[in-house]
Amino acid sequence: MNRRNVVRSLMLGGAAAGVSACLGTRTRPSAAKVVVVGGGYGGATAAKYLRLLSNHTIDVVLIEPAPQFISAPLSNLVVAGILPLADLTVSYEALRRRHGVTLMHDRVTSIDAVGKSVTLGAGGSLRYDKLVLSPGIDPMFDAIEGLEHAHAQGRILQGWTAGRDTAGLNAQLTAMRDGGVFAIAVPETPYRCPPAPYERASLAAAYLLQRKPKSKVLVLDANQDVVAMTGLFKGAWRDLYGNMLEYRNHCKAISVDGAANTVHFEVADDVTADVLNVLPPVRAGALALRTGLANVNARWCEVDFLSFESKVAKDIHILGDSIQAAPQMPKSGHMANGHAKVAAAAIVAELQGWPPDPAPMLTNTCYSYVSGQEVIHSAAVYDYRADERTFKPVAGAGGVSPHPSDREVKFARAWAHNIWADMLG
Amino acid sequence: MTHHRGGRASHHAAAGAGAALVLVAASLAGPVTSAPTAAELEVRSLAATCAACHGTDGNAVASSATPRLAGLDKDTIVREMREFREGTRPATVMQQIAKGFTDEQTSRLAEYFAGRPPDGAH
Repeated sequence: MNRRNVVRSLMLGGAAAGVSACLGTRTRPSAAKVVVVGGGYGGATAAKYLRLLSNHTIDVVLIEPAPQFISAPLSNLVVAGILPLADLTVSYEALRRRHGVTLMHDRVTSIDAVGKSVTLGAGGSLRYDKLVLSPGIDPMFDAIEGLEHAHAQGRILQGWTAGRDTAGLNAQLTAMRDGGVFAIAVPETPYRCPPAPYERASLAAAYLLQRKPKSKVLVLDANQDVVAMTGLFKGAWRDLYGNMLEYRNHCKAISVDGAANTVHFEVADDVTADVLNVLPPVRAGALALRTGLANVNARWCEVDFLSFESKVAKDIHILGDSIQAAPQMPKSGHMANGHAKVAAAAIVAELQGWPPDPAPMLTNTCYSYVSGQEVIHSAAVYDYRADERTFKPVAGAGGVSPHPSDREVKFARAWAHNIWADMLG
Repeated sequence: MTHHRGGRASHHAAAGAGAALVLVAASLAGPVTSAPTAAELEVRSLAATCAACHGTDGNAVASSATPRLAGLDKDTIVREMREFREGTRPATVMQQIAKGFTDEQTSRLAEYFAGRPPDGAH
């Protein structure tokens, strides 16, 4: 899709917007206004850092339908019954009180990229000088026949986002008989948080080993091999769970039968399980699809990595899991937090009439539990390569844990609490 | 708690505009002062790459296993980063992260964090 077509579709999406309603009083008429859509790891960080990095000279509105933030990182601990969902839930209130961000609990239904306004679900519209989208991901239910129906019935859950499915998977696991089978189907990469499905399998196995030791965990992977921290996961599975956990590759799910709790694969044999957790492939959140901003295979949003501005729409910056990531850049909460800071700094610079920082940096640390008591990590540092217009890992930096350790549990917890405070505190 | 951050940065940006601006900046909800300079923006962006684990502006949350960086001595930060890189200081992650920053970046980071007020110190 070329820029003209996107602008046209964005215009159509926003055709009903008309003259933007004046929401709130502009006490500072000279101040630029940035509207941030989506209050996850990307959007909430962007809202806070736009305020911090501009010395509070930019007006920021954050639009997020959920009343509170719930973290997907650490949510596998909720699936395994180790933490309550409440421990992963954080208020948006400090963004308003401490940082002067205007919060609107609403949805954006369309974007007028030419008139520079967004239309709100509750009615009316909001004008912007700069728009920051952090729309997250949506499941591609079309890829697996029967899954949308089985999911809606609460039979086959996924848990790509933390919340109802997370609690539901915990309830299913808790209700499962001893001697039952927990099966998790992993989609082909790229997807949100590469180690997450393997961490979930590990924590389900840890729970079952303790409570229902005759049970079995099946990891049914569409990929050729475990896609993150391969040796660490496989070693931990062998050492901690033995024959209780079985890994099968080349298992690409194509349909499910919710009544029978069965998943069918392209090639591999059908699997019927007591608890069936089928993760469909994902793509950028619906708003990005609807507006044509997801210009790569109608799946991901292409951005200029110096500013995270969309390649197809000016003054719209896109963050997090919804972007077409640079090679070796995982879709993670930590990366989204980093995207947000680069974008916020670039917006502050542009509004001052300066070019963006020519050499932005990103860091990433992904912690994964292999049991309730042991954690592994993968870390990397990225710098921007002007000649290739992309981020790449700094050679010689980064790496993974030498082995699972109890010592890294406290660092995993510290990471979560510090990043939540960094985005929402 | 963010008062000092806003106040300090504005102080640099205002460069001689006087204490009045700094005082104004201390009130978050109050009128705007001025944006940071380009150099400030760059170092604050660089320092923000540490914040996911070490807290915004180096102020880690209470009882965090990862340490607070705000207000630490500059030379200490530079030395510890070098020891992480050389493998002489035990670490789980920092031996990998420290290698991602140049000496010049490390020095700017250390100076920045040394100048940040620790939360609760004001």
